[in-house]
Amino acid sequence: MAMAIRAFLIFVLFLSSTQFCFSLYEDQVGLMDWHHQYLGKVKHAVFHTQKTGRKRVLVSTEENVVASLDLRHGDIFWRQILGTNDAVDALDIALGKYIITLSSDGSILRAWNLPDGQMVWESSLQGLKMSKSILNIPKNLKANKDDLILIFGQGCLHAVSSIDGEVLWKKDFSGQSIEVQQIIHSPHNDIVYVAGFVGSSNFYVYKVNAKNGELLKDNNVELPSGTYGELLSVSSDMFVVLEDTRSKIVMIDLKNEEINYKYSHISDLIKYSSGQAVILPSRLPGIFALQLNSHSILIKVANEGGLVLVEKINDAAAISDAVSISEGQHAFAFVQHEDNKIYFTVKDVDNWNADLLKERIVIDNQRGNIEKIFINNYIRTDRSNGFRALIAMEDHSLLLVQQGDIVWSREDGLASVVDVTTSELPVEKKGVSVAKVEQNLFEWLKGHMLKLKGTLMIASPEDVVAIQAMRLKSSEKSKMTRDHNGFRKLLIVLTRAGKVFALHTGDGRIVWSVLLRTLRKSDACERPVGLNIYQWQVPHHHAMDENPSVLVVGRCGPSLAAPAVLSFIDAYTGRELNSLSPAHTVAQVIPLPYTDSTEQRLHLIIDVNQQAYLYPKTPKAIDILQHEFSNVYWYSVEVDNGIIRGHALNSRCNREVVDEYCFDFRDLWSIVFPSESERIITTTRRKLNEVVHTQAKVMTDQDVMYKYISKNLLFVANVAPKARGEIGTATPEESWLVIYIIDTVTGRILHRMTHHGCQGPVHAVFSENWVVYHYFNLRAHRHEMSVIEVYDQSRADNKDVWKLLVGKHNLTSPISSYSRPEVITKSQSYYFTHSVKAIEATSTAKGITSKQLLIGTIGDQVLALDKRFLDPRRTLNPSQAEKEEGIIPLTDSLPIVSQSYITHSLKVEGLRGIVTVPAKLESTSLVFAYGVDLFFTRIAPSRTYDSLTEDFSYALLLITIVALVAAIFVSWVLSERKELQDKWR
Amino acid sequence: MDKGKAVMEGVGRRWAVDFTDNSTSPSSRDIPDPLGFSRASLDQDDSTQSRQKKDAESNWKAKKAWEVAQAPLKNLLMMGFMMWMAGNTVHLFSIGITFSALWQPISALQGVGKVFEPYKDSRVELLGPKLLFIALNLGGLALGVWKLNTLGLLPTHASDWVSSLPPAQDVEYSGGGVNLH
Repeated sequence: MAMAIRAFLIFVLFLSSTQFCFSLYEDQVGLMDWHHQYLGKVKHAVFHTQKTGRKRVLVSTEENVVASLDLRHGDIFWRQILGTNDAVDALDIALGKYIITLSSDGSILRAWNLPDGQMVWESSLQGLKMSKSILNIPKNLKANKDDLILIFGQGCLHAVSSIDGEVLWKKDFSGQSIEVQQIIHSPHNDIVYVAGFVGSSNFYVYKVNAKNGELLKDNNVELPSGTYGELLSVSSDMFVVLEDTRSKIVMIDLKNEEINYKYSHISDLIKYSSGQAVILPSRLPGIFALQLNSHSILIKVANEGGLVLVEKINDAAAISDAVSISEGQHAFAFVQHEDNKIYFTVKDVDNWNADLLKERIVIDNQRGNIEKIFINNYIRTDRSNGFRALIAMEDHSLLLVQQGDIVWSREDGLASVVDVTTSELPVEKKGVSVAKVEQNLFEWLKGHMLKLKGTLMIASPEDVVAIQAMRLKSSEKSKMTRDHNGFRKLLIVLTRAGKVFALHTGDGRIVWSVLLRTLRKSDACERPVGLNIYQWQVPHHHAMDENPSVLVVGRCGPSLAAPAVLSFIDAYTGRELNSLSPAHTVAQVIPLPYTDSTEQRLHLIIDVNQQAYLYPKTPKAIDILQHEFSNVYWYSVEVDNGIIRGHALNSRCNREVVDEYCFDFRDLWSIVFPSESERIITTTRRKLNEVVHTQAKVMTDQDVMYKYISKNLLFVANVAPKARGEIGTATPEESWLVIYIIDTVTGRILHRMTHHGCQGPVHAVFSENWVVYHYFNLRAHRHEMSVIEVYDQSRADNKDVWKLLVGKHNLTSPISSYSRPEVITKSQSYYFTHSVKAIEATSTAKGITSKQLLIGTIGDQVLALDKRFLDPRRTLNPSQAEKEEGIIPLTDSLPIVSQSYITHSLKVEGLRGIVTVPAKLESTSLVFAYGVDLFFTRIAPSRTYDSLTEDFSYALLLITIVALVAAIFVSWVLSERKELQDKWR
Repeated sequence: MDKGKAVMEGVGRRWAVDFTDNSTSPSSRDIPDPLGFSRASLDQDDSTQSRQKKDAESNWKAKKAWEVAQAPLKNLLMMGFMMWMAGNTVHLFSIGITFSALWQPISALQGVGKVFEPYKDSRVELLGPKLLFIALNLGGLALGVWKLNTLGLLPTHASDWVSSLPPAQDVEYSGGGVNLH
C-alpha cells in the first residue's frame, strides 16, 4: 500500500514538476470561483445633481471606499478604496465634475473625476494639531477665476483651488487653542466665518476674507455656562448648541457683527420632557432636530430668535439633510421604523401642514433600525417633484426607496466580515428534487452536443458564448444539497454589524441572514461587538437528523470587562436556537477536542478573572470534561506585559453561589520576555481541525525523519521595542526579530532564533510540523520569508524494518508533552517581493495532497505558492535523487509566477483574511478570501489527480465507445463474409 | 588364412564354389571393400538398427535439453545489460524493463514442464537441465528483484513502513491565545 502511494506521489511530483503553475484558461474564470464587490456602511452620500444628468449616487463608507452607484440597479459604476488608515471625513461635489473627498483627519484632499472615478488631483494639507475636519464647498466663491474649496483640518483653514488642488492660502488657528466647529461662507460678501469654542463656554468667531485668507475681525463671548456637543449652524448667521446640562438650548446669533446669545428651556417647548437631549447633525435651513428620549423633535428658529416646536416624531427616526427642490423651497425627509414597515415622509421646510410625500414601505425585518437617510428629488413626467431616498440600515445594508417600493438593496455588511466558519449542506433525500430547474433530456443532449462541438473546435462564436453561459449557470453548483465532492458548503460569516450570513459556496448568494438580537444595541448592551463564530454542533454519526449549528460569541462593549453574549444559530435555516447573556465576561473561547453524544462540541469560555465556564451546560458535558480533566490546559498571551502563561484546570469555582459549570485554573508556567529587548507582535498556532496524513518524512536516501506533530505548539514572534513601528523607523542595528516555538502544555521552548536587522510586521502560518513567516529585512531592504520545520529526534531510532513489519513500535501510541521529546529544527530563509496582508496554508480532507501557501499580497490578490519552495532541504546543487524527489535548487528569492495568482485578474479589495476548508475530494481545497470584497474559489495544489476535469466531454467518450463497438461489429461481419467466399473458392 | 587353406585344399580339387557369404567378415576376403563403403551399417540387423537410432535420438534430446536449459543465461545477460542501460531512476522505461525481467522468469518457471515436453524420454535424464533452467530463471528473478530494490520499489526500508502511519495523538490539549478583542 505504502508502495502504491509512494509510486503514486512520485508520479504526481513528476506531473507537477512538468507544469508547476496552476493557471486557469480564460473561459474557466467564474466556473468555480466567484467574486462579489461590496462597499461597507455608507457614511456620506451625494446624489448627482440634475445638471450632471446621469442617475448616479456617490457614497463614501466606513471601509474607506468612495464609489459611484447606479440609481436604477445599485450596481457599482466605479469604486476607489483608500487605505485602511485613510478614513473619509467628508464628501462633496465641486464644479459639477469632481468629487472632493477629505480624508485622514482632514489632511488629504482628493478630487476624483465623476464619470470614471479617476483621481484628478491630490493635495496634502499640513497642520500641527488634530482637529475636527470640515469640508465646505461654497457656491460662487471665486479667487482669480478659481472656485475655492474651504477646508478646516489639522487646526488650519485652507482654501484650495478646485481645479488643480493647489493651496491658495492657509490660516493657522492652532495657536489660538480654539476648537473650530463650523465654517460658514456668507454668500453675499466673500467672507468666511470660523466659529468655535475655547474650553466649553468661550465662543469665538473669526471673520476671514475668503479671497486671501486675511483675518478681518475676531470676536468672542463668554457664555454663562458650558456647552455640550457640537455646534450646529441653522442659517448663515445663527448657531445652536446644547447647554452642558442638556436641558437648555443656546442660540448664538452673529447679526450686525456682534454676538448675541439666548437660552431657551427645552421643557418650554415640550411639556413633561425630561432626559438628555442631543442635537442631530442634519443640516436644515432654519430648523434643527433634537433627539430626546427616543423621540425626535424638530424645532424651527423663528425670525426673532424664538423657537417653535414644529413636529414631534415618535419612535426612532432618521432625518435627512434638506434638498432644494425649487428656488427658495427646501424639502427634507424623515423615516420611522416599525416592525417590518418603514414610514417615509417628505416635508417642505417652510410649510408644515402638508406632506410632500408619505409612503409606507414593507421591509425585511432582519435589517434593524434605520441609521441614515439621504434624499434626492427628481421631476416626474407631470412636472411635480418626486423623491427617492437612500437608506443605510443597522445591518449596514443600503436601500434605495422610490415610489413606495424598495428599488434595490445592497448587503454591504458583507464588506466587514469579522469571522468565518463553514457548515455542510443537507443531504439530498430521495424523491425530493432540489434542483430548481431539472433539465430535460433534449436540453441535456443539446448541451452535450454543444460541448462536443467545442471539444472538436467546430463551434461557431455564438456556440462558444452559449457554451460559456451554460457552464457558468450550471445548476449543479448552486444546489442546496451536499455533493459527492464536498464542493458545496455554506460559508457562515459574522459581520461587524452583528449580522450572520450564510453564503452558498457555489455562487456566493445569501442563503439566509439573521441580525442577531443579542448583538443589537439595547439598554442592557450599549455597544455590542461580535467576536467570533465557532462550529457548535456538526452532526455526522450519532445525530444525523439534527441540523448543524454555530455559536456566535460577542461582548457588550469594546472593553474586556463587558459581559459576554452567546447565540446559537441553526446553520440550515438561520434560526436563532438559543441566546444567552451570561454574567461572566469573555476573554478566550477554547473549543475542546471533545464532543458529547449529540455531537455538540465542548467549549470553555474563559473570563477576565481566569475562570472557565463550560458550554454546553449539561451534566454529560461535565462528565466528559471530568474524564479529561487533567489533560485540559490553557495558555494566555499578555502582549502588553510580554508574558505567556500556562494554566491547567484545577477545581470547581470557589464561590458563594455554586456553579458547577465554572472551573478554576492553576498557573503552571510562565515565560517572561525581557521587556527592554523583546515585544510580542504575533502568535500563531495550528488549526484545530487540520488533518495530517503521516508522521514520517522520507528523505532521498530512504532515510526517515519523524515530524514533530503536536497541536499544542505556539509560534511567537518578538521584535525589539524600537522596531515596533513602521518599516524604516528603526535602524538595522537596533532592530531584531526573535522567534520562538513553544509547547503550550509544558511551557518548554522548543526552538528560538534571532534574525538580526529584521522587523515586523510578521505574518505567520503554522501547519503540520512547519511554520512559515514573513517579515522585513532592514539590511537587505527586502521582505523575507522563513520556514522552520520541527522533527522529533526521539523517534528517529525506529528504523528496524522487521519491528515495523510486525507492528512492534510505539509510533502511533498517544504522546505526552511531558515526555520531553528531543526535537531538531531545520530552517531556511528566502527573499520575497511582496508585502503580505494575510498568509494561510491549504488544507485537504486527508492531508495527503501537498500544501500550498496562500499569500494575500499588498495588491489585494491571493498568490498560491508551493510549499516545495519553502523547503529547508533545498540546496544550490541538489543531487539527481533529490531532484527526482522534487527538491528545487536553492534560489535567493521565492519565484512569483503570475499564473499562480488564484484570484487571477481580480482584486479582493481591502483583503483581511483567507480561510481554507477541505473539500471531500482529497485533491481539492476551498479558499475564501474576505476584505471589502469576497472571493471564493477551489484549488488543487497537486492538480485534480482524483477526478476528471470539469470540461471532460462525456459525450465524446460515449460517442467514441459507440463508434468503436459499431466498427467492431461491421468488421466482424465483413470478415465472416470474406472467409465464406474464400471457402467457396 | 582361410583363403590360403582353400587354395591349398584346391590343390586336391579342381574347383569349388563356396556359397557361404563371407561378406560380413571382410578379413576373409582378399578383395578390399570399395572406397567409401562402410560395412558396419549393412552389418546391423533390423533390431539393432532401431536401437541404434533411438540411442542417437536420446543423445540428441539430451543435448537439446541442456541447450534449452542454458538458454535463460543469454536472456539473463541481455536483461542485465538492459537494466544497466535503464539506470536507477524510476521511469516508464526502467519500470517496464524491471517488470519484464520479473515476468519472464516467472512465466518461464510456470512453463518448465512444457519447455521440456519435446525432450521427454524414458532414457533421457531431464532433471539436470530442468534444475539448471530453474536455477537460471531464479537468477533472472533475483536480478529483477534486485533491480526493483535499486529502484526503491521494494519495502526494505523503514521509510516504506512508516510513511503511512498516522501521527500520534496528543494526550494533552491546550487552547488559548491573545485575549479576544
